[in-house]
Amino acid sequence: MTGANSFSVSRYGPERARWTRIFARDSLTRRLDWPILCAAVALSLMGSLLVYSATRNRTEINQGDPYYFLIRHLMNLGIGLALMIGTIWLGHRALRNAVPILYGVSLFGVLLVLTPLGATINGSRNWIVFGGGFSLQPAEFVKITIILGMAMILAARVDAGDKPYPDHRTVLQSLGLAAVPILIVLLMPDLGTVLAMVSIILGVLLASGASNRWIFGLLTAGVIGCVAIWQLHILDEYQINRFAAFANPDLDPAGVGYNTNQARIAIGSGGLTGAGLFHGSQTTGQFVPEQQTDFVFTVAGEELGFVGAGLIIFLLGVVLWRACRIARDSTELYGTIVAAGIVAWFAFQAFENIGMTLGIMPVTGLPLPFVSYGGSSMFAVWVAVGLLQSIKVQRPMSA
Amino acid sequence: MTNIPETGRTPRVQIRLVVIQILVLSLLGTLGGRLWYLQIREGAQYQKEASGNHVQQVVDPAVRGDILDARGVPLADNETRLVVSASRTDLLKQKDDGKAVLTKLAGVLALKPEDVIQKVRLCDAKTPQPCWNGSPYQPIPITDEATPKQALQIRERSEDFPGITAEPEAVRRYAGPGKSNTAQVLGYLSPVTDAEIQKAKDTDSPYLRSDMVGRSGLERQYDKELRGKAGVTRYEVDNLGRVIGKAKSDAAESGSNLVTSIDSRVQRVAEYELDKAMKAARTQYDKITGENYKADSGAVIVMEAKTGRIVAMASAPTYDPNVWVGGISAKDYKALTGKDSDYPLLNRAIQGQAAPGSTFKVVSTAAAVNAGYVWDGGYPCTSSYSVGGQVFKNFEGENFGPISLGRALEVSCDTVFYGLADREWKKDGGINPKKGEPKDYFFKTAHQFGLGKETGIDLPNEVTGRVPDRQWKLNYWKANKDAWCKSGKKDGSYVEKIAYENCLEGNKMREGDEINYSIGQGDTLVTPIQEAMIYGAVANGGTEYYPTIGKAIISADGRTVQEIKPRVQRKLPVTQATLKGMDDAFAGVITRGTAAWKFGGWPQNKIPLHGKTGTAEVYGKQTTGWLATYSKDYSVIMTISQAGTGSGSAGEAVRNIYSALYGVQGDGSIDKKKALLPKPQTGLPKVRPDGTIINPKVSGDPAKDAEKAQENNPSNGDDQQPATTASPGTGNRNTRRRPHRRRGSRRMPS
Repeated sequence: MTGANSFSVSRYGPERARWTRIFARDSLTRRLDWPILCAAVALSLMGSLLVYSATRNRTEINQGDPYYFLIRHLMNLGIGLALMIGTIWLGHRALRNAVPILYGVSLFGVLLVLTPLGATINGSRNWIVFGGGFSLQPAEFVKITIILGMAMILAARVDAGDKPYPDHRTVLQSLGLAAVPILIVLLMPDLGTVLAMVSIILGVLLASGASNRWIFGLLTAGVIGCVAIWQLHILDEYQINRFAAFANPDLDPAGVGYNTNQARIAIGSGGLTGAGLFHGSQTTGQFVPEQQTDFVFTVAGEELGFVGAGLIIFLLGVVLWRACRIARDSTELYGTIVAAGIVAWFAFQAFENIGMTLGIMPVTGLPLPFVSYGGSSMFAVWVAVGLLQSIKVQRPMSA
Repeated sequence: MTNIPETGRTPRVQIRLVVIQILVLSLLGTLGGRLWYLQIREGAQYQKEASGNHVQQVVDPAVRGDILDARGVPLADNETRLVVSASRTDLLKQKDDGKAVLTKLAGVLALKPEDVIQKVRLCDAKTPQPCWNGSPYQPIPITDEATPKQALQIRERSEDFPGITAEPEAVRRYAGPGKSNTAQVLGYLSPVTDAEIQKAKDTDSPYLRSDMVGRSGLERQYDKELRGKAGVTRYEVDNLGRVIGKAKSDAAESGSNLVTSIDSRVQRVAEYELDKAMKAARTQYDKITGENYKADSGAVIVMEAKTGRIVAMASAPTYDPNVWVGGISAKDYKALTGKDSDYPLLNRAIQGQAAPGSTFKVVSTAAAVNAGYVWDGGYPCTSSYSVGGQVFKNFEGENFGPISLGRALEVSCDTVFYGLADREWKKDGGINPKKGEPKDYFFKTAHQFGLGKETGIDLPNEVTGRVPDRQWKLNYWKANKDAWCKSGKKDGSYVEKIAYENCLEGNKMREGDEINYSIGQGDTLVTPIQEAMIYGAVANGGTEYYPTIGKAIISADGRTVQEIKPRVQRKLPVTQATLKGMDDAFAGVITRGTAAWKFGGWPQNKIPLHGKTGTAEVYGKQTTGWLATYSKDYSVIMTISQAGTGSGSAGEAVRNIYSALYGVQGDGSIDKKKALLPKPQTGLPKVRPDGTIINPKVSGDPAKDAEKAQENNPSNGDDQQPATTASPGTGNRNTRRRPHRRRGSRRMPS
């Protein structure tokens, strides 16, 4: 990671010294959080196999090339790793200074989606399509800028030692910062991403030490909002049915209920050890829609069984556990808030994504971090890993 | 938490971070638990669902086996019809889900487009008929009545009709050889129901959605054999129904053919004669009711006496079995089963029951012998028999003096049987017998003859008839006493009086009950098939066979033949000497007794016939006539409800059936060439190497041919005494045999 920018001719001495330096007790590499890195790489590689299994027969989307999605997934992983390295290199503190620019760029991105440049896929207008088969979901990056921006505002005065907790005005400012992109995403409309952002806000506020009133106030507002939507018939019955179909697939048998049913059959039929990679009949027969993205977990469930699907949950657990440690061990509130925001983001998306395939959460379009196919998501989560690493690495050594 | 001082942050944040960590882990734990539940606990269930998901069956229905008569003439076979079907999977691949194609198809078939579209939609809870109830992967039939021209239009322009096929398919047909009908014996088919599919799921012959199932008659009894096994091809398919996996297929196995003992020509004669006899009865005036006989239903059975095989079985009123083919219309169905119908679906030969009248005396005679009464004892045949103020009369008061049991049977002397039954009743302890004391010879013998239970014929839903013994009376009383006691009046109308008496002691065997029972009146009920079995047994020396219609099951390729052999059911509880006596008496009935006026000129020395007439009273209705007869090889039973006496209503018809069987001409001579079946058919039809069965052509109408042969029959002339001259209604319960007795008795030597 340090990069061998100067080559030594000698086979001894300096060369060895450099290696020693890399692995020295206080070196960057030694201070990296290796469990997170290994778990995330493992998840991404498993993801590439699952994506390949789900797409190798889908000729209508893989342009006749069975490896189309596999190669792209691995390329995304490579770019993601590079982004992580870059993030560590810059450091989260340096990024703090760049927050206004990042915020502005990402806001511009989501606004662009609403212009004719944006594309609608699966009912949500949240894509920007570039030429040559490249496309981006700016909303994924907004998650990062919300975390960084809120952390910046909330931690500024606390880290300066002025106050033990952010005051109400600060909290309001940070919420305002988050609200603008959330409203734009709501217009797309991409409910899943909005929910992910809301959980990020909750995580950030919790970690910031903001008054309990804010936490409960936000939760109460959310509950009242849901009840109002339900009671005032703002949504049509079919929309509510679509939402509730995860629990009772009969409510929307041709739409969401079908997905839920097929996903559950795929996972349930896996048993303990699964049908074997590339041998799942549900996967081969393409019974589960969106299987390389939102429903990628069903491939693991069917082909790798309880062992493989459980491994994915375990690896996500490793990432989240270490991220929590990093949040707790950070010497500054800024690092704590950023890490906690990432924990809330990953945890919500993992629970929602796997939960909907298992029929315990409503169906929304959210990718499973690291595993699902999708460049924007992959890039965003690896930047987040870079942030976590940076928080860990840049912590002063306990003397 | 060890580094709180180091981070310098507040406990509030630290506690909240721990809460977040616990929350995150519990969420992941929830996912793990749910995963375990789906994959480990319920895994087997989902594996089943998954395999049902991606394996689809395409069913190639088996051709149903034929039902053949004893000579191989098909009674039920299959005809080829042009069936136009639509494949849903192909239709759904089209942009408008196939609407345009179906509309075009409707034009070709001259149907309404909306009807066609409705036929191919799938049934569910919200979709009313018409809709398709079968597998969506099965071609859905639109019509089975396409003309060759329509089929050609569809097949030649197949690119205009994607997903539509026009193929010849086998459809059930009831051939009706020689104008025979055989409707109730053959039964009918209708599509299998969901409940039946569920029930037969795990048996060795599960139903397929496309199956037709036998609903009654032979079609139902031999359904499993006739149905065969449909061919099933299993395809692995993906979510759009595209075949992705290799196919595994089982070829269809055609159903076996059923050879019956029915002779379609005799069947036709029997049906024709029954119908003619009923029509004739309707022209006769019934003096008791003051109107013509209704002759509303009837049955006739021709049975091989020595095997129990049924040669002909007809029931009236009847219907055309072909109304079921291709789905019955609601109107036709109502006409067959509605309240206003005369229930032509009932096979009255096995599902009709009536009091047997004097035909029952064969049982009473055997009972008397079993009770110890000697055959040749002098039993007083007085003109009436009085019991406790009640007078049981002997028809028109004939008095034959003391006579033997045989003679009592021949002249059908009621008072002899009254006396014997009364003596037994008294011996058994009278109205209040001690427990276990009654010997009940008369009732026991009836059971030993096989009455009160099914004969076990190979047809479904046979009824049992009834022996009104002590047990039955008790049960019947328990079930009805409340109603009787409520409506009964001591001095009321006839019905009220009966109810009153029944309320008081309907649970007991009263003297009058047993006396009435001894001549086959009262609550006794028998079915025609029971009579055929009993009289067949008298004919063959005392062996009751299980009546059978199926004779052999021949596999579709003709290679395996499973014969259905006659099976002995029981021996009659009579000695050979008694049988001989009965045999003589029954011959006397034909030559000089109650049936003689219908059998004048019969070549009795060449073809000895035996018989017994019976006339049963039914309260509120006209009398039911019975004629039970037998020759060396056959027993022929005919009964007609509300048509007067047995000999009067059925005598001519039964004689004509025998004439057709043996080739007896109107003048009493025998033309062996014209005999339809002088000896029962013993062999089975021959099978060609390709599995088809060789059969003779039945042309014309055997019944009309037989009728022609009878043209100069003296006893069939119009100058004969009307069959059904009724006596004046006296209200007495014992008037039923009077009409033919009037003639017969005068000629009878005393």
